[in-house]
Amino acid sequence: MSTISITDIKKRIKDGESVRNIVEETLAKIEAAKEYNTLVSVVREPALRRADELDAQLKKGQDIGRLGGVPFVAKDMFLAHGTRVTSSSNILKNFDSPYQATAISKLEAEGAILVGKSNHDAFGHGASTENSDFGVTKHPLDKTRVAGGSSGGSAAAVALGLVPFALGTDTGGSTRQPASFCGVVGVKPTYGSISRYGVIAMASSTDTIGTLASDVDDAALVFDIMAGQDARDATTLPNRPQSFLPSENPIKSLKIGLVKEYMRADVVQPEAIAAIRAQADELKKLGHTVEEVSLPTLDMSLAIYYIVVPAEISSNLQRYDGVKFGHSAKEAKTLQELYGKSRDQGFNAENKRRILIGTYVLSSGYIDAYYRKAQTVRTKLINEFAKTFAEYDVLLGPVAPTTAFKIGQNSDDPLKMYLEDLMTVAASLAGLPAFSVPAGVDNNGLPVGAQIIGPQRSDAQLFTLAKQMERTYG
Amino acid sequence: MTNITTDDVKYVAALAKIAITDDEAAKFTKELTAILGYVQQLDAVDTQGLQPTYQVTGLTSVTRKDERIDYGVTQKDLLKNVPRTRDGYIEVPKVL
Repeated sequence: MSTISITDIKKRIKDGESVRNIVEETLAKIEAAKEYNTLVSVVREPALRRADELDAQLKKGQDIGRLGGVPFVAKDMFLAHGTRVTSSSNILKNFDSPYQATAISKLEAEGAILVGKSNHDAFGHGASTENSDFGVTKHPLDKTRVAGGSSGGSAAAVALGLVPFALGTDTGGSTRQPASFCGVVGVKPTYGSISRYGVIAMASSTDTIGTLASDVDDAALVFDIMAGQDARDATTLPNRPQSFLPSENPIKSLKIGLVKEYMRADVVQPEAIAAIRAQADELKKLGHTVEEVSLPTLDMSLAIYYIVVPAEISSNLQRYDGVKFGHSAKEAKTLQELYGKSRDQGFNAENKRRILIGTYVLSSGYIDAYYRKAQTVRTKLINEFAKTFAEYDVLLGPVAPTTAFKIGQNSDDPLKMYLEDLMTVAASLAGLPAFSVPAGVDNNGLPVGAQIIGPQRSDAQLFTLAKQMERTYG
Repeated sequence: MTNITTDDVKYVAALAKIAITDDEAAKFTKELTAILGYVQQLDAVDTQGLQPTYQVTGLTSVTRKDERIDYGVTQKDLLKNVPRTRDGYIEVPKVL
């Protein structure tokens, strides 16, 4: 398993290799790695056409952009011209993108080439890709294990060296956790940093666009290209920073809080705790201060998340009704039957479970006890973060309670699977940037990720710190 | 607070317009009881004086100029994905 970087590919092109050659090689690698099931579909012809266009531009001496000729894959929740977009769900099995995500357009404008749509838990509902309707993605180092999720195909594609970077989404950890499992960099931005136009919605108050890459510089470059306000997504933030690229100057000494609630031996694998402690020691050597810090409401974050997010899911997934698009039950005689049967046949068990929880907590008689209560505890959590960030620049902890687990190990008990999200959901609920950076391996040689969380809009600072961490480990 | 019955699950499924089977209803009853039992720990949290959060970045009432924007999507593009169409319309089973 060896990853490739954007710099490698750009150098090969600069040295005279054709973009077509790069894309053909990528498609061959994808074919050879089929058994890992990283992709739902391959975007062959459009990618080759685009490669030829870029080669023609190169011949004329034109600049082909900051990602000129660099292949990438996007989670199959991104709409892209000329591609099918399934959300890894039977309900959208035959759905063709009628338009294109802003994130994809921005990358293409800089010369990047979409070569595939990656596998994930259907609609992003899961932490292992076992909830994909098109089969589980296998871990690059051990085919009996999961690659994490929901953006498991994206993480595995980068870890296998098929592409230097991939797009994911992160609603409660769906980019960070698979990045941690596969040993790549995973970036969840400040809420609103990157346009979600053209990306299938899961939970609108926490959905973000994730970036997965083999190193921090590549992730920052891709992020820098995608970030910014978009008239087509009213939640995007105005006044983006000039640059998100890691600072070359030595970083100022940061005050880093090691999150006590995330370092408890009863919830986190001991090797993960050890890797984070080692990382903390290295950061001290670099001149940063690291102290333990406690945010008691973090213990409530998973409970908040599994009320608020299903509520939003139940609302966002109402549009799949068998009428306007997607799977439509052939045998239905009445409109009510058409809705009911199309949705029962098209959604998988986890989709239905979340829609039912969401509908329940929003239903008359329960909305105050569940939904409003959860949103109020969310305020308490946000206030606690604000208080902490008045004193600390960054928070540090593990990404997930475990390293990559065996396929089938957690699938009998939905609540057990939800616990995978224990340490990633809080940053999502508060809209904070949170990155997963490779930090070590467990006793089986499986990657462990460190999570760094900053205040809103501190993404650039996190990139600079992540680069220091990357130099420290490996 | 949490005592989910199979009837509750069937009622909620009807609200969500999902025609679940009896087997599914039984399975979801068990699972929803466990999940709603877990989230019940929020009851013990003191939230006096706090308002619910609905938005995290402080943006409010974002509007754009009231003008026609060409999204580059045609009627044909959109109808291509519709299960049943007739004369450029979406067809549904008889409602009345």
